[in-house]
Amino acid sequence: MIPAVDYIRILPELVLSVFGIIVMMIDPLIPAHGSKKPLGIIAIIGILAGLAATAFQTGFYGNAFYNTIRVDTFSVFFHVVVLLIALVVSLTSLEYLEVQRIRSGEYYALVLFGTVGMMLMSAAVELVLIFIALEISSISTYILAGMRRRAAESAEASLKYFLLGSFATAFFLYGVALVFGATGTTNVYGIAQYLQGQSSLVVYLAVGLMFVGLGFKVASAPFHVWTPDVYEGSPAPVVAFMSTGPKAAAFAVLLRVLFATGAPGWFWMVWVSAALSMTLGNIGALVQQNVKRLLAYSSIAHAGYLLVAFAAAQQVGISAAIFYAASYAAMNVGAFAVISHFASTGEKYVTLDDYAGLGRRSPLLAAILTIFLLSLIGIPVTGGFFAKFYVFSAALQSHLVGLTIIGVINSAVAAYYYLRVIVYMYMRDERGDIPVARIPAGLGIGLAISLIATIYLGVLPGRVLDYAMQSAQDLMK
Amino acid sequence: MKFINDNILSIVVFLPLVGAILLAFFPRRDRDIRYFALAVSLLTLLASLHLPWYFVRGQSGFQFEADSQWITHPNIHYHLGIDGISLWLVVLTTFLMPLCVLISWKSIGDRVKEFFILMLILETAMIGVFVALDLFLFYFFWEATLIPMALIIGMYGHGRKIYAAVKFFLYTMIASVFMLAAIIWLYARTGSFDFVTIQSAIQSGQIAGFSQAALWLFLGFFVAFAVKVPLFPVHTWLPDAHVEAPTAGSVLLAGVLLKMGTYGLLRFNLGLFPEEARRNAPWIIALAIIGIIYGSLVAMIQPNIKRLIAYTSVSHLGFVVLGIFSFTQLGVDGAVYQMLSHGVSTGALFMLLGMIYDRRHTYEITEYGGLATPMPVFATFFAFIMLSSVGLPLLNGFIGEFLVLSGAFQAKQLYGILAATGVIWSACYLLWMYQRVFYGNVTVTANNSLRDLDARERVSLWPLVIAALVMGVAPTLWLNSIDPAVSAALKQFSAITQAAAPATIHVTQVVSQVIGR
Repeated sequence: MIPAVDYIRILPELVLSVFGIIVMMIDPLIPAHGSKKPLGIIAIIGILAGLAATAFQTGFYGNAFYNTIRVDTFSVFFHVVVLLIALVVSLTSLEYLEVQRIRSGEYYALVLFGTVGMMLMSAAVELVLIFIALEISSISTYILAGMRRRAAESAEASLKYFLLGSFATAFFLYGVALVFGATGTTNVYGIAQYLQGQSSLVVYLAVGLMFVGLGFKVASAPFHVWTPDVYEGSPAPVVAFMSTGPKAAAFAVLLRVLFATGAPGWFWMVWVSAALSMTLGNIGALVQQNVKRLLAYSSIAHAGYLLVAFAAAQQVGISAAIFYAASYAAMNVGAFAVISHFASTGEKYVTLDDYAGLGRRSPLLAAILTIFLLSLIGIPVTGGFFAKFYVFSAALQSHLVGLTIIGVINSAVAAYYYLRVIVYMYMRDERGDIPVARIPAGLGIGLAISLIATIYLGVLPGRVLDYAMQSAQDLMK
Repeated sequence: MKFINDNILSIVVFLPLVGAILLAFFPRRDRDIRYFALAVSLLTLLASLHLPWYFVRGQSGFQFEADSQWITHPNIHYHLGIDGISLWLVVLTTFLMPLCVLISWKSIGDRVKEFFILMLILETAMIGVFVALDLFLFYFFWEATLIPMALIIGMYGHGRKIYAAVKFFLYTMIASVFMLAAIIWLYARTGSFDFVTIQSAIQSGQIAGFSQAALWLFLGFFVAFAVKVPLFPVHTWLPDAHVEAPTAGSVLLAGVLLKMGTYGLLRFNLGLFPEEARRNAPWIIALAIIGIIYGSLVAMIQPNIKRLIAYTSVSHLGFVVLGIFSFTQLGVDGAVYQMLSHGVSTGALFMLLGMIYDRRHTYEITEYGGLATPMPVFATFFAFIMLSSVGLPLLNGFIGEFLVLSGAFQAKQLYGILAATGVIWSACYLLWMYQRVFYGNVTVTANNSLRDLDARERVSLWPLVIAALVMGVAPTLWLNSIDPAVSAALKQFSAITQAAAPATIHVTQVVSQVIGR
């Protein structure tokens, strides 16, 4: 008999699943050429309900379903991050889908199901359940990537993401199998108990394989090659979604798999991957003309910064990683929301040249994008600054001087290409007449949420950081 | 009154920011925007005058302090305070700001709202740099000056403005990363970002591994400040930034932003690492003297007036660095005084250049000649300010240079002799430029019909002219609050500095002897 409280511990997941099903059921009732906006609004209500459910959960910390689910500050933190990402993405999509004439009601359902998968990833403490959650979130995003059906590059993105993604998840599954073989359990905390004081070659191999699988999801080098093409082809709000949501969730899983289990042998793997991601991501971004590709490379680099915090390992490192995930989500989702608004029908306007003179045509939008870009550089008063600050100071505290130097040089290089976008927006004359539509209400709210989050994390990071430290503590228990 | 004294620094720092936020919601009517920006900057000036008024002179240490916890992890405090050095730099900033608004009244006709928002944000950041006593907060404001200034250059500049803006941004940004690394190191070892706490921890030798790291920490701070000053080999961003920047941008760049560098050297490099400062002084002084002479020589041959004035900054700021690293009371007093006086003179020079640019849209010297005939008032203002910049006795430039040179002589005669040539050079290039631009016949016909200065332009120049005169005649008004702060800063040197000055000479005595009162 499963106690009732167990259901509360998966309440947000349940709520979102139910709303996803409702969206699917109402979809056929709307005429084929009608607006799908009502579905979006249902999805948004669902996400708000999910947030409420998450808040409700905070009174019910503990394990559920035979110790496969664990609700603690760590899971709640990532629930909130993922739900807010989904909220902003849905708000942005309301307008985007109309403009792009994408009339697929399942879009919103897939966003909701994907979110369920990501939430489950952060709450699961059982490797098999983690795998299932990973698949739920991945499959949703594979389909979402191909939503611009008329564009060949969108189909390419979807297929590429799917093929490489399934390949990578297979690695993860191999890892899980090996862990089971070596320790006789797939429960994270069970593994931790087993691994105390002993390890074998099989465990090293398993950790390596799982890292490959998750490294693909977070787009860290050398598993990053899919990122630019997929981000370029996918619809912009979906890129906002998959460059932050699955990434945050996968980092949550990585935190559990590497640290909560006390697994050995990951240090140099993480070190090399962090250094490679930062360097390759930033060098790649330097030469991009397409803004979506530019941000794709930047997201690889940011995965690298985050891995620096992983390499720092101790509690400061973990809390820095959690904080980084949250602030990266805020600024990146915001940046892509602006891009998706500006892209216009058929995503025509996505190159740097199209951004020339945006500061004059649309001062507000340009100013908002500037703030997100400054945050991505890591300039004070924005969340990106403290995120980088915590990561590098954690690395220094763990005496990772080499990695810190690589990271700091990389952030200086990165300033150049983000700045290039700002230079185009404000300092170049506009080329031709590119219309900019008024900012619709949905997008306005979405931008406001990410903007407030970015600035809040940059001015008063204290509370979120304290919470992140608490989460890091809970994670290790 | 206690409430005001406790909060006055926060008010002065954040008043412009509040103004900028309000301005963002303003309707796009250019005239109102200008008046509003002027009102905000005047209000800030007024608030900042509270500081010298109630500043307790003759007392070292920080005043008007505000200290509260800002972030618990890491332990960052919102700690503000000023001493006699930063006091006047704050007032210089708030004093130049309304003039910058006035000078931009007509020359900025496009994207007016954005311009004044950026200016006001910049003011907050600049004042913040001078009053922050928490290293983290300092870095925060330091970086925050970067964006508005780069945008002002890039959006409102002319010619190769993008190149100049990006160069300015990258130079400063990359250099300040080294400072951040040094700050984090200090935090990791002391658990505090507080300037006073770290200073006393260093003095009492409590920090493990400090003596091995000291050189690197010193250099970390030094690189960031040297780029900003700018010191000789890293000065190349300055001429570009100055030439392409709009007038108000140049005024603030020369008047305030460069002083952030010398202020940082004085406050942090000397304040935290006295021993390293002394050890490294010879090559730093060498760079400063090279800057003085090289800046002058390069200035002399510039065909572009604005570039010429930009290079004079390299030379004049060389004096400041020389004064600071002479470690003598006179030298450092002079350095601080020179910072203020350079802000006034060079700020005024850039404003004058802006006025002529508004009329002719060129800075080429060959385009001018005989300007004194059509524009007598302009020529008179220019002559007065130029003489103050050259260092004519009874004007502001003289006092600073004289004190610095006296200090340099005390430290080592060779320094003084070499640097003193800079005074001659500066007379050469400025007077020669003045002759080519203002005297003789009008060579370009377009210049015949130039309007002389109008009321707004005169109003924006008079305060600077008066300041130049008063600073030249009554320097003790400033020095009596600078002096105690400097002697406090140098106190830790008297133990280790061999080049000890005859301690009995007091700065006010020297000054009053020189100006014959």
